[in-house]
Amino acid sequence: MESFYNKEDKQLIFKLNEDIDECYVQKIRRRLDNEIEKYMPKEVLFDFSNVSFMDSAGIGLIIGRYKLINLIGGELRIANLNAQIQKIFEMSGMLKLIPIVQENKKKQKNKKEVQYE
Amino acid sequence: MNKSYDNEMKIEFLSKSNNEAFARIAVAAFIVQLDPTIEEIADIKTAVSEAVTNSIIHGYEEKMGIIKLICKIAQNEVIIEISDTGKGIENVDIAKQPLYTTKANLERSGMGFTIMESFMDDVQVESVLGIGTKVTMKKKIKSHKEQDEFKKEKDELERYYNTEIAESSISTENDFSGMSTANSVRGEE
Repeated sequence: MESFYNKEDKQLIFKLNEDIDECYVQKIRRRLDNEIEKYMPKEVLFDFSNVSFMDSAGIGLIIGRYKLINLIGGELRIANLNAQIQKIFEMSGMLKLIPIVQENKKKQKNKKEVQYE
Repeated sequence: MNKSYDNEMKIEFLSKSNNEAFARIAVAAFIVQLDPTIEEIADIKTAVSEAVTNSIIHGYEEKMGIIKLICKIAQNEVIIEISDTGKGIENVDIAKQPLYTTKANLERSGMGFTIMESFMDDVQVESVLGIGTKVTMKKKIKSHKEQDEFKKEKDELERYYNTEIAESSISTENDFSGMSTANSVRGEE
């Protein structure tokens, strides 16, 4: 897992890069919490672009971080889910609480589009 | 060995959480002979992962024990049995309920059985307190004919979306060309 902190936007990005199961979750949970508590970010983005597999342990992980980030007044977003991971998120009902963002480039394009109209 | 199965494999491993990956990858590798789609493999891997995690976290509660995994193939159906000799489930119906978990403090989501049931065609749970639990899951792998039809539909959908995306990306390339393309598209309509 890699993490990047963007000072200007107060955005913390976690780039996950392994199969997310109970084993991996146990390994990274504390590290995630430490980073969040260190930076107190406004937005935390979980990037799944290098994750090919996730089971319900991942849902538990995201719910836990969602609670922590809510507590410090931040927002949690997820990005670049593959079909299988998206299916599990949909099943969990969490997409009502957590927005999926497209990659930053596409996000900017969408903004432009809105301006035309 | 039962005659009605075309193929069968059996593995036993310790209830360590780093064996979850081993279990699901072993099953995925075994069922490749049925030529499943990527989606079917992903579904089966997820279900296996959930069942094995349940045995490790709930069955043996982080103590060491042996998990037995049997995978059978009968025609185009995959049958997976995952069993442990852990503490067993008191009430299977309650345990199967979505979001029910006895280990919320470990950040368990309570989605395990829900995921197994929706990703597989059939899930049976046999459990005796103090003796152990056995989960039997079945899934039919679609034949090539069905897959081809499904793919055709999917391709058509994708083409439809791609043209939409292409149109919208042209209109954002730069201000002037974007305006003109947008106008011309509207004009055509």
